[in-house]
Amino acid sequence: MIEVQELTKYYGDRPAIQDVSFSIQKGEVLGFLGPNGAGKTTTMRIITGYLMPSAGRAFVGGHDVEKEPLEVKRLVGYLPENPPIYLDMTVRDYLYFISEIKGVPSSQRRESVARVVERCGLVDVYDRLIGNLSRGYKQRVAIAQAIVHDPEVLILDEPTIGLDPAQVVEIRELIRELGKEHTVILSTHILPEVTMTCNRVLIINEGRLIAADTYEQLSRRLSDRRQVQILLDRPLDDESFFQDVPGVESVRAEGRELVVSVGVDTAPQPELIRRLVEKGYGILEVRSSLPSLEEIYLRLISGEKGGH
Amino acid sequence: MQRVKNVFAIWKKEMKSYFTSPIAYVVTAVFLAITAYFYNTILKIFIRFQFQRFMGLGGGPNLTDHFLRPLYSNMAIILLLISPVLTMRLLAEEKKQGTFEVLLTSPVTTTQIVLGKYFAALTTYTIMIALTFLYPLFLFIYSSPEPGPVISIYLGLFLLGSAFMAVGTFTSALTENQIIAAVLAFGLLLIFWVIGWAATTATQGTEFLKYISLMEHFGDMSKGLITTRNVVFFVSFVGYLLFLTVTAIESQKWR
Repeated sequence: MIEVQELTKYYGDRPAIQDVSFSIQKGEVLGFLGPNGAGKTTTMRIITGYLMPSAGRAFVGGHDVEKEPLEVKRLVGYLPENPPIYLDMTVRDYLYFISEIKGVPSSQRRESVARVVERCGLVDVYDRLIGNLSRGYKQRVAIAQAIVHDPEVLILDEPTIGLDPAQVVEIRELIRELGKEHTVILSTHILPEVTMTCNRVLIINEGRLIAADTYEQLSRRLSDRRQVQILLDRPLDDESFFQDVPGVESVRAEGRELVVSVGVDTAPQPELIRRLVEKGYGILEVRSSLPSLEEIYLRLISGEKGGH
Repeated sequence: MQRVKNVFAIWKKEMKSYFTSPIAYVVTAVFLAITAYFYNTILKIFIRFQFQRFMGLGGGPNLTDHFLRPLYSNMAIILLLISPVLTMRLLAEEKKQGTFEVLLTSPVTTTQIVLGKYFAALTTYTIMIALTFLYPLFLFIYSSPEPGPVISIYLGLFLLGSAFMAVGTFTSALTENQIIAAVLAFGLLLIFWVIGWAATTATQGTEFLKYISLMEHFGDMSKGLITTRNVVFFVSFVGYLLFLTVTAIESQKWR
């Protein structure tokens, strides 16, 4: 559905993105992850036709963004980082206006607007001025704007920024719903958002794509070690007596919690537990985990920095 | 057809914006107050002249030269001063609020956006000058002015406005700051107004300098003279500035 080839964009002589390539299948929900200023917004703006690339090409539904911008724009719904709303318009007028310029035929306009108003929970504020709405409602109006013409592709730039936790949950739920029938690109610097809503993750840092994979694949690729956490009934006095257990790479005690790094394809847990019990410790909990997305992300980004 | 619809959609939205915000009302009110003062004062001066003619002093005034022309020349200056206020918002505000991102990522062309906005500004301007038609209406009731000059003056005001709005639309595309857009428009308009002065001392291109002067063209029309030269000038002036506006917006995509 979306194909991006060696996209590069310079602002002056400062590169915002360099040689970014990826492709997205129809129906996929793609998380676009990276720290602020990494180039997420620039990439999205190029795909939507708001900016032109300095080099490279982007296609949406087979149309070149540079050569057939109108075809691309018909397929794409875009939520920019700042809600693109007119403060002096009512929700009704705004959504009618947007559906008009998005090319919804006049016979279907009423229906389309009613559908997104329902879907984004705007029924109660339908006739109010957008300028008087809360931040959460403004964001919902902005999302309604992006989906009013029922686009095949949805591009959402930081859709949950500046919302309170309850609103964040609602918006994520909405995105997950939308992901069932649309191709979605979602940018964020909030990691759990990606784990919760996306099939695949792209990680971008300093304008370069540093990883593109599913979350599971990413974590497997980076899980050269796993962690075992053991919760004891009292703090550990001596860490040294684990060192000789096969498969244990390191041990760290944080109060009553023991974090043991374990090599892949080893299972030293029974031996660890046996020794702890012999020493008279009570074991409250044993957990084993893959590294979190936070860890993967930080490791990738710091690895990238270290590599240059 | 879709193109016209797109221009119309932008125009409609812009018109709503003019008339739900106080801008159109405030500008119109101030404009009408000032022109009413002009009307009143210039009429009194005219009556004094006419009185002198009755006293047998000779050389009496005629309505077109001594009332209509001074009134509408002054009105044109006021229009030049307040026009940038009507246009400064057009594109600068969209950029500042981030709403330009929606317009530019919608299946409408930059030309359609610019035309929709330009026509909305011109419509508002036209409504404003149409309200001043009240003044010649009084003249037609109580006196008998020649209709020709009145018509050519109003056509002149309209063409002048089409140029004012085009300059303002252009400067609004250059910045996201409305004040800067207004000041730039004001400066450009003033230069195009008086550039004919340079013709008096210039050794070369005097005809050209006169040709691009807005005052020269409006001067012709306030005498009741409309030539294709005037109309061609305004149409090409507006066309060129709107082309520059579109180019300015398009070029921002590549920066």
